[in-house]
Amino acid sequence: MASAANADLVIDVQGVSRPTPVAIVPFGWEGDSPSVPLDVATVIKNDLLRSGRFAPTSENDMLQKPTDGVDLDFDDWSVLGVEAVVVGRIIQTGANAYTLQFQLFDTFRRKQLVGYRMPVSRGTMRFAAHRAADMIYEKLTGIKGVFGTKVAYVTAKEQPDGRLYSLVVSDQDGENEHTIMESEDPIMSPAWSPDSRQLAYVSFEGSKSSIFVQTLRSGNRFQVSNKPGINGAPAFSPDGRKLVITLGGINGNPDIYVLDITSRQTKRLTTHRAIDTEGTWSPDGKYIYFTSDRAGGPQVYRISANGGTPERITFEGSYNARPRLSPDGTRLAMVHNDRGNFRIAVMNIERRDLLVLSTGRQDESPSFAPNSDSLIYATRQGGDGVLETVSADGLIRQKMASGQGDVREPVWSPFPRF
Amino acid sequence: MFYYKIFAVAVLSALLAGCPATPVPDPEPVDTTYGGEVGAGADTVDTAGTDVKTMRGGEFIEETAESLGTIIYFEFDSSQVRAEDQDLVAGHAIALNEKPGANVRLEGHADERGSREYNIGLGERRAQAVRQMLMIQGVSASQIQTVSFGEERPESRGSSESDYAENRRVVIKYTN
Repeated sequence: MASAANADLVIDVQGVSRPTPVAIVPFGWEGDSPSVPLDVATVIKNDLLRSGRFAPTSENDMLQKPTDGVDLDFDDWSVLGVEAVVVGRIIQTGANAYTLQFQLFDTFRRKQLVGYRMPVSRGTMRFAAHRAADMIYEKLTGIKGVFGTKVAYVTAKEQPDGRLYSLVVSDQDGENEHTIMESEDPIMSPAWSPDSRQLAYVSFEGSKSSIFVQTLRSGNRFQVSNKPGINGAPAFSPDGRKLVITLGGINGNPDIYVLDITSRQTKRLTTHRAIDTEGTWSPDGKYIYFTSDRAGGPQVYRISANGGTPERITFEGSYNARPRLSPDGTRLAMVHNDRGNFRIAVMNIERRDLLVLSTGRQDESPSFAPNSDSLIYATRQGGDGVLETVSADGLIRQKMASGQGDVREPVWSPFPRF
Repeated sequence: MFYYKIFAVAVLSALLAGCPATPVPDPEPVDTTYGGEVGAGADTVDTAGTDVKTMRGGEFIEETAESLGTIIYFEFDSSQVRAEDQDLVAGHAIALNEKPGANVRLEGHADERGSREYNIGLGERRAQAVRQMLMIQGVSASQIQTVSFGEERPESRGSSESDYAENRRVVIKYTN
């Protein structure tokens, strides 16, 4: 899995007039072994490249390869049209202890924009490289970077004796995959806890749906809902104490409930005989947005998190489902039927205008990055599901090489907490 | 009871015309006296035939499922059991009334279009339509369990209209 992202990286940049030319100079290495533990410059370079906003200079074109800012000759870079240069070093300080140092320079104003030294181990070096890329990205764009975040998704692999479903967590670039749960019965609807430490999901083990919450580090999981009929569509409240879930009951009428994770008490929010499902909290905790076909086809509604009368939110088109709010609360992503194709659309909640972001036939499961600036979703390629990301303005779209088999239901983690 | 067995065969022959692809055993001779008794309830039982009585539970269930068929297909965006499948459901209702110890799980499915959890709702709606039909014909609620797999367990993995039609279904599974 180590080179998954590099092996099949497809960048499809549309509409960005000119990605910013930058240079990530290969990092220096001061240690007791001949080879560096990780090519940090390449990790940073790929992060910036994948964002679609930067055009990293080829190493062959570099006129100098300094590893410290004091050796930087700005003229060598401005002559290439490079607007920003990153230099750095990895210095070994113990058996498994290193210092990762990097500096970012503006070549036209000839000054340092940011510089850090980070103590790392072999195990944390890749994450530290992503964090460095986050700081560089934020300095250059004003947008918080998400290179240090993770993605969870479900895969289905055909096996001789049936299908194997896996719940997988990887870095946002598709590297560093870890299988969290495996089952011969379907796994669905993963959802991150606000602290990124747990995933809620639906499992059909025993040919019956139930909802689990699993702690990633320990692997411990506990069943939080196993009522008769549908137990589905979990999503954490902003404070992490509750889940909004769908319960169908013995008579199979899916409605929205709020489940207190500790007490296991449920509170019913909707009572309509239509399908009400796919609940999600607004970031301020005030509303729950959900899908309902009470008016015929599925549309997005919202209801106060304390209950009340639902208010219809979407009116454009015959099919709008699976709402997800941007973490800044300004936009609503959904699956939208666009002239017979199921595509990802984003609605500005104030203006209520809809922008279709994807181009597939059967796109699904949109999930915002924690900086609200892009989304990840599943699309089809040759019959299998693959993951794509798209900027929230629709201008930068790319495939993410990750997972094996049919990959679906990606969910972007919150920002890591330190 | 013999009555139920011949009923099952009668339904089967009615189904044969519509389902050429389904491999089925040769129909046995049928006493058509009972042909119009669909859904008539379990109080009129012909005890003349005793061959079924000697069968163990498992064989009874296998025979019922095999001879009636266990899959009900649905139109796009519909949970209406089609007229041609109503006899199939009625046959299972009679079988379940006959064997109060037998239980079924109705597994509802949707095609892949649209969002996954909403499709769980659509599959459940289909399973519930079949459940209601069984209950109207006297089957006890305690004999029926429903589960919706939405689009998660497609019968056909393609993305054509005919694949979708195969995937919009309820499967009747005897669980004991």
